[in-house]
Amino acid sequence: MTATLPYAPRAEAAPVEMKLEQVSRWFGNVVAVNDVSMTVRPGVTGLLGPNGAGKSTLIHLMSGFLPPSSGTVTVNGEPTWHNESIYRRIGLVPEREAMYDGVSGWNFVLANAKLHRLPDPRAAAQRAIETVDMQAASSRDVGTYSKGMKQRIKMATALVHDPDVLLLDEPFNGMDPRQRLQLMDLMTELGRSGRVVLFSSHILEEVEQIAAGIEVMVAGRHAASGDFREIRRLMTERPHQYTIRSSDDRALAAALIADGSTSGVELGHKTGSPLLNVQATDFNRFAHRLPVFARERGIRLYEVTPADESLEKVFSYLVNR
Amino acid sequence: MNATVAGLTWHSLVGRRRALLLFVLPVVLIALAVLVRLVSGESSGSATDLLGSFSLGFLIPLLCLIAGTGAIGPEIDDGSIVYLLAKPLNRYVIAISKWIVAIGVIVLFGVLPTLVAGFILAGNQDGVATGFATGALLAGVAYITVFLLLAVITRNAVVIGLLYALVWEAAIGGYVPGAQTLSIQQWALAVTEKMLGDSAPALGVDSAVGLTTGLVLLFVVSLGGLVYTGFRLRSIRINGEE
Repeated sequence: MTATLPYAPRAEAAPVEMKLEQVSRWFGNVVAVNDVSMTVRPGVTGLLGPNGAGKSTLIHLMSGFLPPSSGTVTVNGEPTWHNESIYRRIGLVPEREAMYDGVSGWNFVLANAKLHRLPDPRAAAQRAIETVDMQAASSRDVGTYSKGMKQRIKMATALVHDPDVLLLDEPFNGMDPRQRLQLMDLMTELGRSGRVVLFSSHILEEVEQIAAGIEVMVAGRHAASGDFREIRRLMTERPHQYTIRSSDDRALAAALIADGSTSGVELGHKTGSPLLNVQATDFNRFAHRLPVFARERGIRLYEVTPADESLEKVFSYLVNR
Repeated sequence: MNATVAGLTWHSLVGRRRALLLFVLPVVLIALAVLVRLVSGESSGSATDLLGSFSLGFLIPLLCLIAGTGAIGPEIDDGSIVYLLAKPLNRYVIAISKWIVAIGVIVLFGVLPTLVAGFILAGNQDGVATGFATGALLAGVAYITVFLLLAVITRNAVVIGLLYALVWEAAIGGYVPGAQTLSIQQWALAVTEKMLGDSAPALGVDSAVGLTTGLVLLFVVSLGGLVYTGFRLRSIRINGEE
């Protein structure tokens, strides 16, 4: 994908803004999105959360494919639901892969340009295809594309009308590392040029590489908001639980609890062998002190395993804090 | 109508595997017509039997089911409809474009073969060919409308459509006279009966509804169904895979 963006930057005087105000969406008894309020401004924003957190539902609400059960979703004051004209401003890269498989990439992007009633659909399609670096394969049917190529053609259809707001649902799924970097470059450029670029992901590293702002969703709730340093800090400063196996768990437990980096230790057994459960409150100090204590006391550490490192647990902490 | 929507719909309809039936069924009709003509010679009675039972009773509803649901159902099921809906395009225009393409498919693969089969079997006798072709066209428009709407409002459109065409119209309608009143086939047959004129009783063409009733019902279902399809498409909800 091209590093030099062929789309003109947006005027800073009239920035675009997507606003969600107390948005909830439920399906029967299931609450998929629960009282979410956020304002997404120009630049790249990552919508981070584990699978099932409500990210896709939120993107569908943002893109006008679902009405909020309560609350409002607007782009510069215009509602997204029941408002077809909003698609002049919004470009959407859906998560699902299905396109028109029997149509060539070129014809598909061109059809999208024509559906937008652009004055010069061929030039717009050409520009979008060049932007995602798909010229070489554009004459092939979409059905023959790899997952990464489909992702790029989807990106071209979303860019073809040069939207103010670009919504991408799990855009890096199925991309190889090179394609991923290229898409990240493109999204960064689009963000820098004054467009709102919002993408969903369940991978923190993916989000923090390009997103200036991060919105964290957990179980339908808006759990946290800020730049990646803030989110990273929240994540590292939470209590961490570790399972330790050593040559003398009791002596190690005594040393750790005497130190300020832990708030609790517990001697236990798992599958017949003894272990030590530790709750660390100061992650950095704990990581530094543990090997020091072991060395000073001649204790051998066989295993140090984080017990709660799954993304769901990390996010759950953010919700419950 | 939007030419791009129409083009993509046409491509989807004739490009999918199940669209093979679109080509096979009219070929079977023409082949049967040729065969009957060779065996029985030119005959209005044979034409009425074949066109009434096979064309109007089977070919048209089945083709309409394929074309009507196929014009939008697969796109809704696989999510590719997003590429049409995420455009500054009136949803009624999308519905009308798909409706027109589906009707075009029926004219090409259902109505014209009916006309040709009618001429093969009966020549110009009694207006059988034009009478059944007109009936096929009107039935086709109504069926397409109903099946297009079904595809927008339910994921079980094909099953419900099959139940309507094969169980309600063909089976129940054959034994329960009241059921025939709610049969698109019978409404269209009223028009065919009128076009056959005095020959209709002799040929055994007898619709369960009068001409006016048939025409009014065809019009109401076709127009009302199309308007409602556009309305439902405007409020169609698409959710993620979570």
